Amino acid sequence: MSRIQLEQVVVRAATPGGPVPEVTVLQETTLDLTERRVALIGPNGSGKSTLARLVNGLVEPTSGRVVVDGLDVARKGRQVRRKVGFVFTDPTAQLVMPTVVEDVALSLRHRVRDKQERTAAALAVLASYGLEELADRSVHTLSGGQRQLLALAGVLATAPAVLVADEPTTLLDLRNARRISDLLLGLDQQLVLATHDLDLALRCDRALLVEGGAVVADGDPAEVVAAYRASVERTV
Amino acid sequence: MAFSPIGDYQPGHSVLHRLPVGTKLLGMVALSVVAVVFRGPETTTGLLVLAVALCVVAGVRLGRAVRALRGILIGMALLAAYQTWQRGAEHAFVVVGAFVALVLLATAFTTSTSVERMIDAITRWLGPFRRFGVRPDLVALAFSLMIRGIPLTLEIAGETRDAARARGLERSPRAYLTPLVIRVVAHARATGDALHARGIGDD
Repeated sequence: MSRIQLEQVVVRAATPGGPVPEVTVLQETTLDLTERRVALIGPNGSGKSTLARLVNGLVEPTSGRVVVDGLDVARKGRQVRRKVGFVFTDPTAQLVMPTVVEDVALSLRHRVRDKQERTAAALAVLASYGLEELADRSVHTLSGGQRQLLALAGVLATAPAVLVADEPTTLLDLRNARRISDLLLGLDQQLVLATHDLDLALRCDRALLVEGGAVVADGDPAEVVAAYRASVERTV
Repeated sequence: MAFSPIGDYQPGHSVLHRLPVGTKLLGMVALSVVAVVFRGPETTTGLLVLAVALCVVAGVRLGRAVRALRGILIGMALLAAYQTWQRGAEHAFVVVGAFVALVLLATAFTTSTSVERMIDAITRWLGPFRRFGVRPDLVALAFSLMIRGIPLTLEIAGETRDAARARGLERSPRAYLTPLVIRVVAHARATGDALHARGIGDD
């Protein structure tokens, strides 16, 4: 299993035109994530997406460092991105090629140089997720569930050691959310999952509650989810 | 849902599907030159007939093409009215007809040519420029993103228009254009993040 370390990481963001020049998005955080399935829960704007994005360098720390399997994300970003896959909330932005098979083939361009072999490999990936009949379809015409499944297939085609998913089921209906959740939780890879789905969080091995840019609870998912529910009850 | 056949490849085995990408592109360039250099009603008529024939050969479905071209045709109708008022009906036909023909030719091209083939062709053509620092694969990817962006932008435009209608603001350009621009830019940024996350540009 991989190891993700955050060492005294702080993230600040400029706020042009705001009342203060910058805000602290993530307060000083030190974490050592070695569990197979880690859930990040918390309210909107709490900093859990920032925490998720730090893992593959989409967000850079203002201070401190993020290390994935011994690789400093800031200095070895290229190697880290080949090791860490990322699934976004809205798959529309993630699907960058016009057709389904082309999008998966794009993920495989580093691993399979020959074009025909790459297309065959992409079709095999699609078949493994039950998407082979959509191979020549425009990604524009897919349903939300199909798009998210394709986005996931495109990322997993690269065989990442770690998968980071930022609210991957938020835009999906119940059936597709369940399908994606089961798929994610069944992966062999280490999974870091930012989610509002507390049932999904309960099925993870460790959960972190992020509130106001700080990790305020960390540990057994049942206890962390209970803490989150209690926090919500206090403030509603 | 807004729709554009540009950027929507339809698999097939027609003559157009089998032609090399370069041949098709050169043909389009040649026909564009013909439309400008030999401007006249006969040329425009010929181009329109040829463009429609090629769309049929490429398998562009009539209903989809008409829906997709509706926005362009409205603009063309306005242009035709202006040209008719300024220079007469024949001139309006020559200008607008040639434009519509070229749009149809482009539609036939994108319908019969997968983006993968276009990217391969662009990568091949730009190969000699590597020594000058050109990255053919990145240029080709930018091209495919542009093609992918057309139907996506139309989809966002449709959603934004519906949102403005739902608030009774269908006559307010600001209520339509402001969120449209913001959403398109936000999408571009999200796409940049996705490319970054997939390591594209790292190599």
